[in-house]
Amino acid sequence: MSAPTALKKSGPAAGASKRKAGTPRRAGWWLPYALLAPAVIFELVVHVIPMVTGIWMSFLKLTKMFIANWGNAPFVGLKNYQVALDFDSAVGIGLLKSFGITVAFTILVVGLSWGLGMAAAVALQKAFRGRAIFRTLFLIPYALPMYAGVIAWKFMLQKDNGAVNHFLFDNLGLPGDKPFWLIGDNAFISVVIVAIWRLWPFAFLMLMAGLQSIPTDIYEAASVDGAKPLRQWWNMTLPMLRPVNMSLVLVMFLWTFNDFNTPFVLFGGSQPPAGDLISFHIYNASFLTWNFGSGAAMSVLLLLFLLVVSGIYVLFMNRRKDNA
Amino acid sequence: MHDTTGTKVFRIVTIVLLSIFTIIPIYVMVISGLKPLKDVQGSFSWWPETLTIQPYIDMWKTVPLADYFVNSVIVSSVATVLSLIIAIFAAYAVSRYTFRGRSLFSGAVLSTQMLPGVLFLLPLFLIFVNINTNFGIQLVGTRVGLIITYLTFSLPFSIWMLAGYFNGIPRELDEAAKVDGCGPMRALIRVILPAARPGLVAVAIYSFMTSWGEVLFASVMTTDANRTLAVGLQLYSTQTNVYWNQIMAASVVVSIPIVIGFLLLQKNFVAGLTAGAVK
Repeated sequence: MSAPTALKKSGPAAGASKRKAGTPRRAGWWLPYALLAPAVIFELVVHVIPMVTGIWMSFLKLTKMFIANWGNAPFVGLKNYQVALDFDSAVGIGLLKSFGITVAFTILVVGLSWGLGMAAAVALQKAFRGRAIFRTLFLIPYALPMYAGVIAWKFMLQKDNGAVNHFLFDNLGLPGDKPFWLIGDNAFISVVIVAIWRLWPFAFLMLMAGLQSIPTDIYEAASVDGAKPLRQWWNMTLPMLRPVNMSLVLVMFLWTFNDFNTPFVLFGGSQPPAGDLISFHIYNASFLTWNFGSGAAMSVLLLLFLLVVSGIYVLFMNRRKDNA
Repeated sequence: MHDTTGTKVFRIVTIVLLSIFTIIPIYVMVISGLKPLKDVQGSFSWWPETLTIQPYIDMWKTVPLADYFVNSVIVSSVATVLSLIIAIFAAYAVSRYTFRGRSLFSGAVLSTQMLPGVLFLLPLFLIFVNINTNFGIQLVGTRVGLIITYLTFSLPFSIWMLAGYFNGIPRELDEAAKVDGCGPMRALIRVILPAARPGLVAVAIYSFMTSWGEVLFASVMTTDANRTLAVGLQLYSTQTNVYWNQIMAASVVVSIPIVIGFLLLQKNFVAGLTAGAVK
């Protein structure tokens, strides 16, 4: 087994520093490390080493010419970052625009998904006949393989044979021509709606799980005291859901900001400028131009941004918890 | 306790609107999979003039869907089993032991959720290529490469959820087993795992869904030999004709196993989430 050797560095060294001289090491101290070893090894291979490699690549001139033997790609320092952040150049402007679109996309998708999830969780909080049916129904978009749901939307959003235009213009009788939904400015609305359709059931699921741990008698006590439903929600439900909401919002933010799959399946190869989300933008910048150094630099910038935002979020949340 | 009119209206409006929003794409998928090709190429109709199961027959010929299906089943199942085993060990360590680096490990594991896929897509690809040239282990274009990648994708969330679940199992249970002479591994297998069954089911569903639905890495790391459904489904639309009816039929078929599995086990899933998220 390679497990003990892989852990030699962290295990004994860390244990030794903690141990007072003379006290024998507790028997079986290595067990937790051995238990973690497989997880650590796989995380290293698939996440950590590629990430470090990616950061290294961002300092290289890794273009088409060097891709076969990328060990020989010349080191260019921060050049790739300068290009990506030069907002007078086409590359920089493209990245900045894509960033702006992604920020708007994330705020809308996370905010509305949370709102819908919360509304559904509260609406289904009290038992009634048929509740299980709706609970099951609402979870289907989450259970559906992501590409299957998005492809169905892609079909619905087709200009001539799609259900959306048919409903708006043939059924409702809106005046004018049927618009494109996957090309042009409408693409933004489309990708937002599809992303919400996929994400809100997750918010619903987490909030529903959270609501189950709230004892029902506090609501009874509150209604006896005359508290209106909205007040009850604000004063009791929301604070009790705080632990769930803290991780839920952060996870939804990270997933949505990094979302590649939704635009990739929805738009295919030809992504419209209005739906140019940042992961998709970087993917295209890397694979269409074969400039992987530049793509890696953009990815690192994205990672830094997410790190900073998450860090501030966690700090802010912990501070509020301490004050409360 | 009586509901006010406002509460009732809120509840009905919410449920009705969200039901419509949820159902329509599913309805369109199901109904369009039963239409002849000319009906999905012309203007959409909510109710088809002709119903046919022909798309469900043709879809296997237009692209080698059966091969993709087999690949997806193998990759997702193996990745799920391995990920579950690895997550059990890691969660056991995090939940039952205090050791140096514990919070570092927990933090690092969850922070992988932050990584943009595009950042490590190409490096991982290059690492796989290098492993092949140096050690002769083929990872690109094989199921093994996908399995390794996918099991790692579901690991962080699985460990986190399971650790939460294990924390909810009283320590006295495994302490008692240890007094009776069980080693740590036997205590895990005999006491903790049976008590954590809903959590294990939840994690297994989550892992399977993650692998089954992954698109980005599948589109780069697969060749004709190991293509999964996630990529295969896109191939209907790159032909000269867009076979929307067959795409929709294929979407239904690839969704059914996973939706049914999820819905049957959703109680476990909610229970597992409750343990992980709330505690």
